[in-house]
Amino acid sequence: MSAILVIVGVALCMASGLPSLVTRRASVVTTVLIVAGGVTGLIGAVLGLTWGTAGLSLPWHIPGGALAIRVDALSAFFLAPVFLLAGAGGLYADRYWPAARMRAGYVRAFFGLMAGALALVMCAANTILFLAAWEVVAVSSFFLIATEHEQAESRSAAWIYITASHVATLALFAIVVLLHGVTHTWAFVPLAAGTGAIPVGQALLCLAFIAFGIKAGLMPFHIWLPGAHAAAPSHVSAVMSGVGIKMGVYGLVRLLSLFDAVPSAFGTTLLLAGIASSILGVAFAIAQHDLKRLLAYHSIENIGIIVTGLGIGVVAQTHGQPLLAVLGYAGALLHVWNHGLFKALLFLSAGAAIHSAHTREIDRMGGLARRMPWTAAAFLIGAVAITGLPPLNGFVSEWLLYVAGFTSITGSPHGGPALILVLVVPALALTGALALACFVKAFGTVFLGAPRSEAASDASEVPATMRAATVPLILGCAAIGLLPALFGPLLSRAVHAAAPRLPMPATFTALLQPIQDSALVIAGIAIAAVLTLLAVTRRAATALTWDCGYAEPTSRMQYTASSTARGVVGLFGWAMRPVIHAPRPFTLFPSAAAFESHVPDTVLDRALLPALRGARWVLGFARYFQHGRMQLYLLYLGVTLVALLAWSAR
Amino acid sequence: MTAVLQLLLVVLTAPLLLGVITRTKAIVAGRRGQPLLQAYYDLGKLLRKETVLSSTTTWVFLAGPAVAVVVPLLASLLLPLAGPRAPLAFTGDLILFVYLFALSRFFTTAAALDTGSAFEGMGVAREITFAALAEPALFFGLLALARISGSLSLSQLLTVDGTSWHKASAALVLIIASWFIVLLAENSRVPFDDPNTHLELTMIHEVMVLDHSGPAFGLILYGSALKLFVFSALIADVALPRTGNPLIDAAATLGAVLVIGVVIGLVESSMARLRLVRVPQLLIAASLVAGFAVVLVLR
Repeated sequence: MSAILVIVGVALCMASGLPSLVTRRASVVTTVLIVAGGVTGLIGAVLGLTWGTAGLSLPWHIPGGALAIRVDALSAFFLAPVFLLAGAGGLYADRYWPAARMRAGYVRAFFGLMAGALALVMCAANTILFLAAWEVVAVSSFFLIATEHEQAESRSAAWIYITASHVATLALFAIVVLLHGVTHTWAFVPLAAGTGAIPVGQALLCLAFIAFGIKAGLMPFHIWLPGAHAAAPSHVSAVMSGVGIKMGVYGLVRLLSLFDAVPSAFGTTLLLAGIASSILGVAFAIAQHDLKRLLAYHSIENIGIIVTGLGIGVVAQTHGQPLLAVLGYAGALLHVWNHGLFKALLFLSAGAAIHSAHTREIDRMGGLARRMPWTAAAFLIGAVAITGLPPLNGFVSEWLLYVAGFTSITGSPHGGPALILVLVVPALALTGALALACFVKAFGTVFLGAPRSEAASDASEVPATMRAATVPLILGCAAIGLLPALFGPLLSRAVHAAAPRLPMPATFTALLQPIQDSALVIAGIAIAAVLTLLAVTRRAATALTWDCGYAEPTSRMQYTASSTARGVVGLFGWAMRPVIHAPRPFTLFPSAAAFESHVPDTVLDRALLPALRGARWVLGFARYFQHGRMQLYLLYLGVTLVALLAWSAR
Repeated sequence: MTAVLQLLLVVLTAPLLLGVITRTKAIVAGRRGQPLLQAYYDLGKLLRKETVLSSTTTWVFLAGPAVAVVVPLLASLLLPLAGPRAPLAFTGDLILFVYLFALSRFFTTAAALDTGSAFEGMGVAREITFAALAEPALFFGLLALARISGSLSLSQLLTVDGTSWHKASAALVLIIASWFIVLLAENSRVPFDDPNTHLELTMIHEVMVLDHSGPAFGLILYGSALKLFVFSALIADVALPRTGNPLIDAAATLGAVLVIGVVIGLVESSMARLRLVRVPQLLIAASLVAGFAVVLVLR
């Protein structure tokens, strides 16, 4: 039943864009179709989580391939956010990219295609179908990133994206072929015992790290993510950030679940890569002045947190500590849901702010909370959630990972090898504090204070459908944050499907119950206190900001986002290497001066691109052979032929 | 019963701590100083004043003081101040304790940015940078205590008995030193911030509340007193043994907190505020000290 609902959802999503390609007046049909697809698929996913595994198989003419899907607890867990975000994004796009705007049909068609293919990836039981759906997602994302391809920034972001994505696909091809070599089927079946130790298994794990790491945006493979998520339309960024990168996480978890024993070096690699991604991701995020690039770097940070959880799970499993492993997997999987929810919420509300203020630069916005109160409230909820503050959902998954880190030090007797997990605690602490810094800066500069530009002072609230699209996301964040014990059973089923060789965890509800009680208490008392204070000061007098007695405050006097972030950028200057242009006037009388600073992506702009330019220079020597003289080309043919004949006649 | 006693202890005596600090500084400076109960008189005066709100602000401006009072009260419920068990105790409550203060920091800084003033923005920029460095120190200390006590609940972590001091006295001393530095940083005391100065170049917390007035400002004052009390009680809990009798324990906590207040006063009298470039160095040093405590208990 769940499989049928999921397939119907996929079909509805994929077909939703086609009417818009035909005629402009069909945009309502498109919205209805994609929302219906999202709802159907979500119901199917929830049924798959609560009832049990279901499968569906249809014949397919590709050799080795079969249209076989299997909705087990893990697939259903990943499918739920896919369909929720597809529906919300589709509803948002109805007025965000209206039919009158250019390429509306193109955007709707590729969005539906991408959403449907994403769902197929999460539930594919046949590796060829997995690969095909993966490619469809990659290519449709490419077209969506390049929607505004008149701008050079979109073109370059799209090219970098498709290049990185195809490196991942190449590695995925190799994984599929190797899997077939080991299991002799084109399906995801558990591997024989001891596969983790032989070279084939180790090759599988290395390729998995590359392929799924690139797709998930793990450092140092993250180079495509900031540009791509900034250039795409906001609802597309919401889906790409919320669930597109989870495709990599899903692939990694699915592959790990097939192994019986993963070498501990792989777990340590996952752990360290996750910690590096989370700390450096948030550090780079603070330095950004483009709102969507900032949110994209935060996706890198949260993927780092998820992979840290997976690393905890693998390391603990290798060292025979099942409780720790269960906590690690649970934190990682719950963070998959949480990140999908609050990141989509942030992208949709940021998109609304950008739409109204006609700019993506944080330092050109300001004071939008007075003009767009609903959007500001939605962004605030997303910001509190992503910082991991109680009583919202980000706190619950980070809490699970903290408990895993603390348990590793209280549990292990004498400083055993599982002690590397202790690194998780200070890493998460630093990440959380930096994320708070970044979102205070972002929320404060964009929505609070006084408007910094004409467009910001004329901004108006966005249409009701765009606001309505954020409501299910807000409800999801609040539900998981305030009632986490309700989601305990679903989480334990997903963890069991992700790590079948661990004992089935039965203690999540008991573990999360106190968090639920305290979250309800905190939320209740805090909201009551704020409302009381607002009521008491309702008839207070208003005046200009006192500001130590300045008579004429202007919006230019406010702290800019870069100034707010300067302290942290200074602390992380060794990694970020900001580029500063500050031509100083050296004249006798005052003249114009300027200051400009930006932070390029270190891996892309300072390592990869120079390395590629160097490679191109070296390979340029091959041009000596490309002179265009037919006689010498015939000579090459002759020499090669003679050499081959001589070699084969040995 | 103990919960009520603990709540009364925190609610009623928090402003007294501010008075003790001010009186210590006055005595060291050779003055007579303000009355010990001055903070109470200030709160009473502020509650009677009228509020003037800036026209740039939204509801977030008033959410700051509200959350700043609620959070330390809830956090105090997680500490075992009057007896061996806190009113709210569960596995992993130590993480909730730290993140509650992060919640109050988020709303305090957002309220500051709401005014659109350059001074508040400056305070926010400094506050978020220094808080990022203070968090790991707190967590390293909690890691070491978790290792010593083998538990993940503050009620067991902080109920120090003689065996803990025998086993890991060096680590406990290091934790207390590191957490004292974090207390000074989080509560804007010298050497991080001077609570008496009103020079914009030198303020961090004082500058973030420039535009508040009336009852809201009173709530901010009271909230900062509560936060100082809770942090001092945390350190007192690490050092003091528990007897089990609620009244004796509450009195002992109050006494230890006031002693910590005297120590804060002495530190403030003997040091000047650090240059801002030195502040990250001191906070990283505090993290390293606590990290070393973790290394010590891991042997």
